[in-house]
Amino acid sequence: MNLHEYQSKKLFSDYGIAIPAGRAARTVDEAVSYAQALGGERWVVKAQVHAGGRGKGGGVRLCDDLAAVEVAADNLLGSRLVTPQTDEKGLPINVLLIEQVSAIARELYLGMLVDRNSERLVLMASSEGGMDIEEVAATQADKILSVHVDPAAGLQAYQCRQLAFGLQLEGEQIRSFTRLLMALYRMFVDQDASLVEINPLIVTDTGALMALDAKINIDANALYRHADLAELYDESQQDEKEHMAAQHDLNYVTLDGSIGCMVNGAGLAMATMDLIKLHGGEPANFLDVGGGTTAERVAEAFKIILSDSNVRAILVNIFGGIVRCDLIAEGIVSALQQVETRLPVVVRLQGTNVDRGRAILENSGLDIVSSSDLTEAARSVVAAAQSV
Amino acid sequence: MSILIDNNTRVICQGFTGKQGTFHSEQAIAYGTRMVGGVTPGKGGQRHLDLPVFNTVHDAVNATGANATMIYVPAPFAMDAILEAADAGINVIACITEGIPVLDMIKVKAALAHYDAHLIGPNCPGLITPDACKIGIMPGNIHQAGSIGIVSRSGTLTYEAVHQTSMAGLGQSTCVGIGGDPIHGMDFIDCLELFEADAQTEGIVMVGEIGGTDEEAAAEYIKAHVSKPVVAYIAGVTAPPGKRMGHAGAIIAGGKGTAEEKFAALEAAGVATVRSPAEIGRRMAELLPV
Repeated sequence: MNLHEYQSKKLFSDYGIAIPAGRAARTVDEAVSYAQALGGERWVVKAQVHAGGRGKGGGVRLCDDLAAVEVAADNLLGSRLVTPQTDEKGLPINVLLIEQVSAIARELYLGMLVDRNSERLVLMASSEGGMDIEEVAATQADKILSVHVDPAAGLQAYQCRQLAFGLQLEGEQIRSFTRLLMALYRMFVDQDASLVEINPLIVTDTGALMALDAKINIDANALYRHADLAELYDESQQDEKEHMAAQHDLNYVTLDGSIGCMVNGAGLAMATMDLIKLHGGEPANFLDVGGGTTAERVAEAFKIILSDSNVRAILVNIFGGIVRCDLIAEGIVSALQQVETRLPVVVRLQGTNVDRGRAILENSGLDIVSSSDLTEAARSVVAAAQSV
Repeated sequence: MSILIDNNTRVICQGFTGKQGTFHSEQAIAYGTRMVGGVTPGKGGQRHLDLPVFNTVHDAVNATGANATMIYVPAPFAMDAILEAADAGINVIACITEGIPVLDMIKVKAALAHYDAHLIGPNCPGLITPDACKIGIMPGNIHQAGSIGIVSRSGTLTYEAVHQTSMAGLGQSTCVGIGGDPIHGMDFIDCLELFEADAQTEGIVMVGEIGGTDEEAAAEYIKAHVSKPVVAYIAGVTAPPGKRMGHAGAIIAGGKGTAEEKFAALEAAGVATVRSPAEIGRRMAELLPV
C-alpha cells in the first residue's frame, strides 16, 4: 500500500529524520495561510498523488510570493495530474504539501527494500540523487552502493559508514548519516514497510541532511498489525475497477485490450492473458477470482469486467479442483442471468465434474460457447472479439 | 521412488480443527495419505477426524513420529507455526497459508538455516506424490503416478501441467508447488536437484512466472547439472511493468523479471520452452518417446 509524501514525511519526523518545514493543505485558503505561517520568501507546492515523476507532470510548483501559492493551489487542487508513471487520465489531486524551499548543496539517493535474492533488506545509496534511479542503475551501475542487513543482527554502524564514505560525506555528516540510516531501518521494520525511498536526500548549504522527498510502501499483508496505517488507504488514487475488485477480494488489474478474462488462480490468469495474445487478441484485464469461487464472486467479477467499455468478448477459464466444475457452471449461469450482457462469452472448464459443468452451460439457454480445450477457447474468444 | 514424500511419510496438520485444516485433512485421508494426527493449541487430548489432536508439534512428533506437516493457520500465526514445526524436527513443512508479511518470512528463512527442514511455500498448493501422499489443496483425482517431476510457482497452472501430463499418459513422480511469494522456502534449484537424483523421474516440467530471477538461476543450474529433459513455461508475457499480478512475487520491478528474459535464459540453457501453457504435456511427450 502506498503512502502519500506528506504521510511518509510525518513518519520520518516521528523517527527523527529531518524534513523541510511544511504542512498538508486541502483547500486554496489553507494553502495560502499555511505558507504564510511557515514564513520565508519562497515556497514549494507539491501535489500529493500516488505516482512518481510529479515534477515532470507539473505537480511541483516553486512560488516566489503568496499570490503564486494561491494560483498554484487553485490550479492543482481538484485537477488530475498526469505523470510519466500514470495513465493518460492521471490521478486526482486532493491534497497539497506546502513547504519552505530548502537550500541544496548536494542531492543524494537513499532506498531500502526487500531483496528477494539474498532474502534480506537491502539499503541502497547513490551520489546521483534527484534523478530517475532506475536510469542510474541501468547506465552507471557503479554509482549505486548497497549493503544487505542481517535480520538477526540488524543494521550495523559499519554498514552506514561504508555508505557514508562511499558518498564522500565528511566530518559530522558521517555521524548524522549513520543516525539517519539507523532511524530509517528502525522505521522500516516497526512499520512493516516493503519499500522506502528518499530521492533526493539533500545536503543543505549548512551541511545538514534532510529528506526532500519521501516514498513509503507498506506491506499490505502486515496491515492487520498497523490499524493506524490501514486508515491511510486512499481509494481516490486507485483505479475504480481495481478498487471495486478489492472490495470483493478479487485480484484485478486493468489492461488496455478488448478481451475480458476471468480465471481462478494468479498463474493461470497470467497464462490465459498470454494465450489470448498468442492467438492475436489483447487482454482487457487480469482477474483472479481465487480458489473458493462462489456464484456471488463470479457475478461480481462479471460486473467489473462489463464496466470496462473496451471489452468486446469475455473468456472464463476455470480449472476446477477442490471447487467442482458443476458448481462453477451454475455460478456462471446465474451470474449471466443477473448481469444480462450481449457480449459473447466463451467458457473453458476443466477438472473435477467437467462433463456435468458443460451440460449445465449447454442446457442454460444462454449464448455461451463452451470448450474444454484451452487453445480452442482462446481462438474462439479472439474470433468473437474481432467479429463484434 | 519420488521426492520428499511417499507412502511412508507420516503427516500432521497444523490448524487441524479449523475449517481449512479439517477439509483438507479429510481430503488427504481420502486420498490415502498417512495422516497421523494434528495440532491445535488448547485442544490437545481430543480426537478429530478419528485422529489424535496435540497441543504442540513437539508432542505430536513424540507421539506419532510425524515427519511432515501441512500448515493451514491464519497468516498472523504462520511464522510461529513454521518455526514450531522446524524446532520439533519435522523435515517437510508445507505452508499453504497466504498473506504472510514479508518481514516475517525474512526472519523465518534466517532461522530455518539452523534446521534440517524443507519448507514448501508459503502461499502454495503444497506437494503430492500420486497414489501415495497428498499434502496440500490440489485436487487429487487429476494426478496419476508416473515419470514426470513438476515444480511450479503457481497453483492452478500446476494443475494444467498435471492434467496434461496425465492425458499424455506420462503421469507424475512428485509435484511441488513452491508458491507465489517473493521470499519462500524451496526454490526451483532445490527441486531440480532432487528430481535429477530421483530414479522414477524421467522428465521435469518447470512452471515459472514474472518477478525475481529464480528462473534465470534455475537455467544456469540446469545447464550445469541436469541431464533429464526439462520443459518450461513462464506466465506473464503480457503483464505490464510495475503491476502486481495477484501473487506478491509476480511483479516486474525496475525492468527486471520479465517473462522474455526468463524464456531467453532457459532457451540458452537448452531447456525446451513452450509459449502456450496448453503445449506443456505434448512437448514433454515429444521429448520422452514411449
